[in-house]
Amino acid sequence: MTTDTLLPTATYDLATTTTRELNAALHATEAPASVEVTNPQGAHALACGLNRPIDVRVDGHVGYYAAGMNQHAHVTIDGNAGVGVAENMMSGSVRVTGDASQSAGATAHGGLLVIEGNAAARCGISMKGVDIVVGGDIGHMSAFMGQAGRLVVLGDAGEALGDSLYEARIYVRGRVASLGADCVKKEMRAEHVAELQELLDAAGFDADPAEFTRYGSARQLYHFHVDNASAY
Amino acid sequence: MTFQPGLRESATFDRNVIHEIQRAAATGIYDIRGWGAKRTVPHFDDLLFLGASMSRYPLEGYREKCETDVVLGDRNAKYPLHLDIPVTIAGMSFGALSGRAKEALGRGASEVGTSTTTGDGGMTPEERGQSKHLVYQYLPSRYGMNPDDLRKADAIEVVLGQGAKPGGGGMLLGQKITERVAGMRTLPVGIDQRSACRHPDWTGPDDLAIKILELREITGWEKPIYVKVGATRTYYDVKLAVKSGADVVVVDGMQGGTAATQDVFIEHVGIPTLAALPQAVQALQEMGVHRTPGGVQLIVSGGIRSGADVAKAMALGADAVAIGTAALIALGDNDPKYQAEYEKLGSAAGFYDDFQDGKDPAGITTQDPDLQARFDPVEGGRRLANYLRVLTMEAQTIARACGKSHLRNLEPQDLVAVTMEAAAMARVPLAGTDWIPGRTL
Repeated sequence: MTTDTLLPTATYDLATTTTRELNAALHATEAPASVEVTNPQGAHALACGLNRPIDVRVDGHVGYYAAGMNQHAHVTIDGNAGVGVAENMMSGSVRVTGDASQSAGATAHGGLLVIEGNAAARCGISMKGVDIVVGGDIGHMSAFMGQAGRLVVLGDAGEALGDSLYEARIYVRGRVASLGADCVKKEMRAEHVAELQELLDAAGFDADPAEFTRYGSARQLYHFHVDNASAY
Repeated sequence: MTFQPGLRESATFDRNVIHEIQRAAATGIYDIRGWGAKRTVPHFDDLLFLGASMSRYPLEGYREKCETDVVLGDRNAKYPLHLDIPVTIAGMSFGALSGRAKEALGRGASEVGTSTTTGDGGMTPEERGQSKHLVYQYLPSRYGMNPDDLRKADAIEVVLGQGAKPGGGGMLLGQKITERVAGMRTLPVGIDQRSACRHPDWTGPDDLAIKILELREITGWEKPIYVKVGATRTYYDVKLAVKSGADVVVVDGMQGGTAATQDVFIEHVGIPTLAALPQAVQALQEMGVHRTPGGVQLIVSGGIRSGADVAKAMALGADAVAIGTAALIALGDNDPKYQAEYEKLGSAAGFYDDFQDGKDPAGITTQDPDLQARFDPVEGGRRLANYLRVLTMEAQTIARACGKSHLRNLEPQDLVAVTMEAAAMARVPLAGTDWIPGRTL
């Protein structure tokens, strides 16, 4: 279904509407093309499981798992987000104008997650194809076991960045406190500059790709070898 | 080896121990294998039923009805699972098992009206296509996890632990990471996959409650939510699972199987199924949700082999059991017809546990196309259905002898123990006495 066939707009006030009522309305086949959600008051599981090209704007702070498992929808959180925002996202986009708590974009397979502020620990943990762009800093163990996708950080990264990384690619503009096991600094070739520029443009950030450093997996731990035992 | 005077084997350093030390010294890595614990621990065999005589009135075998159905997840879900028999198929991953083996599990289970469960590899069309009731595991690795498959499932099982390796993550060695398996798991082909031991986006029971809320919201509150724990601190884990909102709690004892993990883990972490079950029941009873309308159901797994095991588990308070290793054997795992090939692999029929190598002659725990082709999923499904029927009939036979018209009417008072250890763990009297160790007379 395309947005053309949907009703134009609707507003849900969570001061008078429950999470269940909101999500049921967003999941309904007759859901409007554009929805405004007011008074979220840090509620959990808002706008999760969306499965259509719908625009949702949440006016305020959200709790855990906002926009979890998103497919096709474009969700904007005009505030801060709790744990696991856009967890396991498949497609579409999620934008947080404030800061995000830990595990932002965890295990997400696709789509674009933009956090304009800072993201806490384990941002992009076990990411499986999502693109994540963070305007500020990220916490420790970010991209831990990251399997695929791209993580872009305009600020600094905490300790153990990219620990046990698989094939996810990481670009950081600022300082990195430390790299995790098997994560190494890599050359920024022309294709990486182009890729990063595309991601910055998609996220709406004005930054020079030349200021970034690329990190990725050394692929030394893909097969157990006794001489690498201390790295585990 | 025949007995030779003067050669006395050490009880501490027996030949298996010596072999393991030599192997460790040569390779520098711990032993990895499949299957479950092989050590002797108190188990259902240490319990006996008190069939009816004078003080109890038996039902006529094969004539008077003994019902077997069970409803799972009627606490919150719009569509609870209604199974014809209380024996389900435990989660086993595509990747660990071949697609044809998963198909056979679905065929066999559906034929007798029970459920199968996915595993670490995600949902396959083979399994969904053949399973009338399919439980979708939500695992720490989240391999292949997507909302479309969540919606296709009949129930969702949030896995926190596995009986063979509580606290341990998944392990699938490179030889089984084929293109299809790697694609489903978003991993490079051929690498050693060591997946997460804990969920990436929550850190404890308070978070779990919110995670369960999210899963319910995504699936419209239609499906039962199971929580599976490896048997360790079972009393507390079950209480926390219920507090977090579980509709069904699955407790997997240390005899539970695995596709591959460290031998030291399999043999030395976790507690026996027999010890965990009464703890789980106590937790549910104290919370007022054990066998009450809209309560929380308990599934127990880990070493279930016969109808006697099924009946004993239910008498101790389980609502259903799950089988894994036994189901694989029913499909044809360790079949003597492959004896020569097991020997070529340095094993023997009845002993083969190198599921991690992907060379299973029976074509069940492998991704090798030639080996897989040996396995007929229709025949395998028929064998599994036969086995499930036998388990059910055996349990019914015992239940009738105890005077029960439904398997769930079996009770602890139908049991006694033949060892003090089993009496203490199962909390039933030592046979011929009124004594339950740890209880004041």
